Amino acid sequence: MNTLPSPPSPSPSLTSLPVHPKLAGSHEPCDDQERAQVFQEIAARSVPVEHKGLPERLRQLSQFILTQPIEALLTLGLALLALQLLSLALNWGVLHAVFQIDEGACQSARGEGACWGMVGEKFRMILWGRYPYAEQWRCALSCALALGMLGWSVGSKAWTSKFRTITLWAWVITGLVIQALMSGNFLGLRVLPLWPSVETELWGGLPLTLILSLGSIALATPMGILLALGRTSEMPIIQSICVLYIELVRGVPLISVLFMASFMFPLLMPTLQTPDVLIRVLLGITLFSAAYTAEVVRGGLQAVDKGQLEAAQSLNLGYWQTQRHVILPQALAHIIPGMVNNFIAIFKDTSLVTIVSLYELTGALGLALNGDANWRPYKLEGYLFIAAIYFFFCFALSRVSQNLEHRLANR
Amino acid sequence: MTHPIDPLIEFKHVNKWYGAFHALKDINLKVQTGERVIICGPSGSGKSTLIRCVNALESYQEGELVVNGHTLGDDLKATQAVRQHVGMVFQQFNLFPHLTVLENLTLAPEKSQGLSKSRAQETAFEELHRVHIAEQADKYPAQLSGGQQQRVAIARALCMKPKIMLFDEPTSALDPEMIQEVLDVMVELAQAGMTMLCVTHEMAFARSVASRVILMDQGQMIEEAPPEVFFNAPKHPRTQAFLSALHRP
Repeated sequence: MNTLPSPPSPSPSLTSLPVHPKLAGSHEPCDDQERAQVFQEIAARSVPVEHKGLPERLRQLSQFILTQPIEALLTLGLALLALQLLSLALNWGVLHAVFQIDEGACQSARGEGACWGMVGEKFRMILWGRYPYAEQWRCALSCALALGMLGWSVGSKAWTSKFRTITLWAWVITGLVIQALMSGNFLGLRVLPLWPSVETELWGGLPLTLILSLGSIALATPMGILLALGRTSEMPIIQSICVLYIELVRGVPLISVLFMASFMFPLLMPTLQTPDVLIRVLLGITLFSAAYTAEVVRGGLQAVDKGQLEAAQSLNLGYWQTQRHVILPQALAHIIPGMVNNFIAIFKDTSLVTIVSLYELTGALGLALNGDANWRPYKLEGYLFIAAIYFFFCFALSRVSQNLEHRLANR
Repeated sequence: MTHPIDPLIEFKHVNKWYGAFHALKDINLKVQTGERVIICGPSGSGKSTLIRCVNALESYQEGELVVNGHTLGDDLKATQAVRQHVGMVFQQFNLFPHLTVLENLTLAPEKSQGLSKSRAQETAFEELHRVHIAEQADKYPAQLSGGQQQRVAIARALCMKPKIMLFDEPTSALDPEMIQEVLDVMVELAQAGMTMLCVTHEMAFARSVASRVILMDQGQMIEEAPPEVFFNAPKHPRTQAFLSALHRP
């Protein structure tokens, strides 16, 4: 009998000291009185003070690094080393550096100071590759568009439920506009007769890097999701095809995939009607990175509680409805760090397309240096320049991911 | 569906194995429209497995299980037809954490029943009122207490306008002071005439709403009786042992 549910016993007597007479009278009064006598409220204490001033910080720091003579010595030694490196960098990069485009000055400063004039002289070659000189504004405009979209995507508004669809469509449209700008054709049609048409093999530098990386990210993500769903599916044929694909592609270096896409694929085609080399390479990178994406997504799928699937099934949601509305939103939220890792890897892997004669950022730098013996000695400056560009974009991608993570964690 | 299909649920000699483990042994059970059947028993006795067979979350290997006129088996259409009319409430609530309470409730009616958004929301608010929680519609599940989450889960199942409600230990994951608010909702549901199949250890609840109480042990139905017989004059010694273990303080 004692398992009968009693009405939810109101027990404010535990928290508020003076027992309300009505409450106390409503059930076993002696019990409540007893509790009231036993209960002693502990007075609230003030929050411990957190010292945030600089002197206090320094004192704490000194406790860590100056406790033992050997530690103090190490600290001092490393500090000196750091100072030395900093001054070297400062001397080479700023104080003794040549900033104007002056080959003679660069020559006399060799070994002592950087020649940033090299970047000034060659930046159009590095940024836009072999694209016709007079038309390079189209490259600049394309990059500006992509940068603008990246900037919007970094912002906190872009992935709210209100703007998410708009953001995605804006990316699609940006992609099409960039394609039209760069080629002078719209999807192969000559609709912009004012602008000379530019063959894709002349595209290069930053626009090519952005097109290849953003394009393959956009294509590899849905493909990777499908592969991951296939690999976790209960249908044995689909499952084995996906496993085979993933394991095969992951076991092959990207360079060989690019070689096949660029040189072997046209040989295997029956006619000369092979797709453009840019498209072949883009697909090669996409097929390659989709395998990696698939495994990241599979990790996310496994992290979703099995009860979610059962709840969706009990509500009679179909397979695709369940994946689309229940499983994937949760799985993808788990794997944002892994996915962005992947994106950054793709971004930098695009530099491999140089070997099939597409001169993206790294390749274009090589072109710029190799074509001109006067400026060739200053390759370090050139590489630092493109390293800064790579870093900028990778950092932007990582900010997008942090922004997304933050959004998802807040709900 | 003009005339009611009876029995709504019928197990005919159903057997189920997990590998070599015989989980359900020769289950025979009929549930008529409007009946409230409570299943109890020790853990691992197969009571959750039995209830999960009813909406095909588990398959069975032998016998026949007919729900709402459809024989469950390999036929995907039959499975879907059954799930359309069978709601389920889980021990761990299984609300969709990335959706608000309202979105949890409208997702399935919109996607699997093809209701318009406004119609689905209308139904959702009706059901939220029924479980006394309409003011929480825009919150995410993690912002609610366990009892509130379970009531949302009940409302979510009710939004599909089910003929049968399955409850798989709906109060076992709750803090003691939250159990009653969920049981109250379930009692109201029972009083409204819902057909219920419920796995629970809340014996007082069983006593007050059950048409029949079933004791399961080691995959078998040991005893099946109306509550007054089950609690006061159980036939099987296993039932007596089970009840006395429950009543021990």
